[in-house]
Amino acid sequence: MNLTSRGERLTGRIFLIALVVVTLLPFLSMLSAALQPRGTVPTGLAWPSDPQWGNFGAAFTAANMGVLLRSSLLIVVGVVPIGVVIATMAGFGLGHLRVPGGPIAFGLLLLGLTLPLEAVITPLYYQMRDLGLLNTRWAIILPLIGLYMPFSVFWMRAHFTTVPKELSEAARVDGSNTWQLFWRIHVPLARPAIASLTILLFLWTWNQFLLAIVLVDDATKRTMAGALGAFQGQWGTDLVLLCAGSLLILTPTLIVFLIFQRQFIKALIQGSLKG
Amino acid sequence: MTSAVGSTPAGAPTRAGGEDRQAPVRPHRKRWGRTAGWLGWLWVLPALLMYGFFVLRPLVTTMQYSLYRWNGIGRAEWVGLDNYLTVITDSDLLKIISNAFILIIFFSFVPVCLGLLVASLVRRLSAGPFGTVVRTVLFLPQVIPLVAAGIAWTWLLSTDGLVNQVLRAVGLGGITRAWLGEFDTALPSVGVIGTWVMLGLCTILLVTGMSKIDPALYEAARIDGAGPVREFFAVTLPSLRQEIGVCLTVTIIAALASFDIVYISTSGGPGIQTTVPGLEIYRLAFSQRQVGLASALAVVLMVLVLACVLPIQRLTREEKV
Repeated sequence: MNLTSRGERLTGRIFLIALVVVTLLPFLSMLSAALQPRGTVPTGLAWPSDPQWGNFGAAFTAANMGVLLRSSLLIVVGVVPIGVVIATMAGFGLGHLRVPGGPIAFGLLLLGLTLPLEAVITPLYYQMRDLGLLNTRWAIILPLIGLYMPFSVFWMRAHFTTVPKELSEAARVDGSNTWQLFWRIHVPLARPAIASLTILLFLWTWNQFLLAIVLVDDATKRTMAGALGAFQGQWGTDLVLLCAGSLLILTPTLIVFLIFQRQFIKALIQGSLKG
Repeated sequence: MTSAVGSTPAGAPTRAGGEDRQAPVRPHRKRWGRTAGWLGWLWVLPALLMYGFFVLRPLVTTMQYSLYRWNGIGRAEWVGLDNYLTVITDSDLLKIISNAFILIIFFSFVPVCLGLLVASLVRRLSAGPFGTVVRTVLFLPQVIPLVAAGIAWTWLLSTDGLVNQVLRAVGLGGITRAWLGEFDTALPSVGVIGTWVMLGLCTILLVTGMSKIDPALYEAARIDGAGPVREFFAVTLPSLRQEIGVCLTVTIIAALASFDIVYISTSGGPGIQTTVPGLEIYRLAFSQRQVGLASALAVVLMVLVLACVLPIQRLTREEKV
C-alpha cells in the first residue's frame, strides 16, 4: 500500500492542514474580534494585547442569554421526547408489525423528506394564528414535531425492519402484549437508533431559524438560532459584542457535537445513505 | 394521546394470550396477526397525525393560496393561475430563481468535487488520529447554526475583515472590497459560505463510501500499473455512485431552499443580487403581504427541488441493485 511517493504524501498533508485551517478561521476571527475592547473597530485577525474576556459576560447579560437558554431548552424538551416517542412507535408499527396499508403511509411520509420548509411556512403562520398559538413556544414545538416525522419515522423504521420476527413471537408465547413487547423488548434493543435520533433532533431544533423568526416575535421565546437573528439586528453595529454573543450561542451545539461526535456523524451518514 | 393509543392495542392481545395459553400455537398466532394488524395502526397514528396536520395540511393550503390574490387580512380574490404566470414571467422572480441555481455550484458541485479530493487524500494518507481530526474539524460547520456561520463570514468578508487583511498582506490590496456588498462578488461570496458548510458532510459521506470499497480492486489496479489518478477514475469514482448521489441530493436541496445564510449575510442584497426563493417567499408573504404570489413561488420551488432530486435518486438507485 505504501507506493505513494514522499513528495505526494507531503503535498497531500499540507493541503489537508490548509483546509483545516481555513475551516477554523471564521471561528478564530470571531474570537479575536470578540476579545477586542468594546467600542473599537476590530480588524481581521489580530490577537489583542489585552484580551477582554469580560466581553463574553457583557454579551451574556446584554443578550439576556440565561432567558434564551431556558427558552431553547423548553422548546427542545417539547420537541425531542414527543418526536422520538411517536417516531419510534410509528417505526415499530411500519417496520416490525407491518400494518396493512403501511407502505401507503410510509410513501406519504417519504414525500416530506425533500420538502423545503419555505413551502409550508406561510400556511403554518395562519394555522398557528387561528389556533391562537402565535408568539408562544408551541408555535415552534408542534410544527417541528410534524416536520421531523418523515426523517424520524424513516430512521426508526429502518431499525425495526432489521429486528427478527422470532423475537416478538417468543415474547408472545410468554404472554406479553404488544405494548409490553414494545417497551420491554424492542425499545431497549433500539437504544442506539433512538440515541442517534435524539441527538439529531436536538441539534436541528436548537438551530432552527426560519420557523422561529416567522412564528414568534419575542426573541426570548425563540430557539437559540432564532434569538441570534434578533441579536444580529440589535447589535449589528457593535461587532465586538456580536461576535462574543455568536460564539456563546454556538458553544452548546459544539459541546454536544464533540461529546457525541461518533454517534452524531454515524447518524447523519446512515440517515442520508438510507435516504 | 400517547397513553390512550398505547392501552388500546395492549388490551386485546393480553386477554387472548392469557386464555389461549394452552391452545395450539397456530390459531393463537393467526388471531394475533389479524387483530394486531389493524390495531397496529394505532402505533403509526400519532406520527401520521402530527405530520398530516403540520405538514400535509399546510402543503395543501399553500397550493390553495397560490390560486388567490390575498393580503392575509381582507377577502381573497380568485385569480386562477395568474400567480404562476407572474412567477415564470417576472424578470426579478426569474433572476431570484436563477440565483438559487448558481448557488448549486457552490453548495453542491464544489463541495462534492473538493470532498472527493479530500476523502481520497484522507484515505490514502491518514488512517490515524490525523485523519480523525481532519474529518471532525471539517464537519464542525455542519453542527453550528447556519445563522452563526452567516455572522462569522459576514465579519470575515467585511471591509475590515480577515479576507481583505490577508489580501493586503500578500500585496493584493487593490482587489479588496466589501465582498458581500458589491454586485459582482455578493452571490459568489454567499456561495463560498455554503461551500464551507457543506464540505464536511460530503467529505465524511465519501470517506465512509471509500472505506467500503473492496481493497482487492485497488490491488488489481496497482498490478495493472495504475497511478493514483487513474486508480481514482477507474476504481474509486465508480464505486461511489450512491454516496455521490446522496451528497448531491442533500446539498442541492440546501442550495435551492437556502434561507438562513442569505438572510443573515446579505438580506438578499445588493439589489436582488443574492435573493433566493426562500427569502423571497418570506418577504412576499410577511412584509409585502402578497400571500398568493408567495405561495405560487413556494410551489414552484418545491417542484424545482423534486425535478433536481428525483433524477439523481433514480440514477443512484438503479446502480445499487
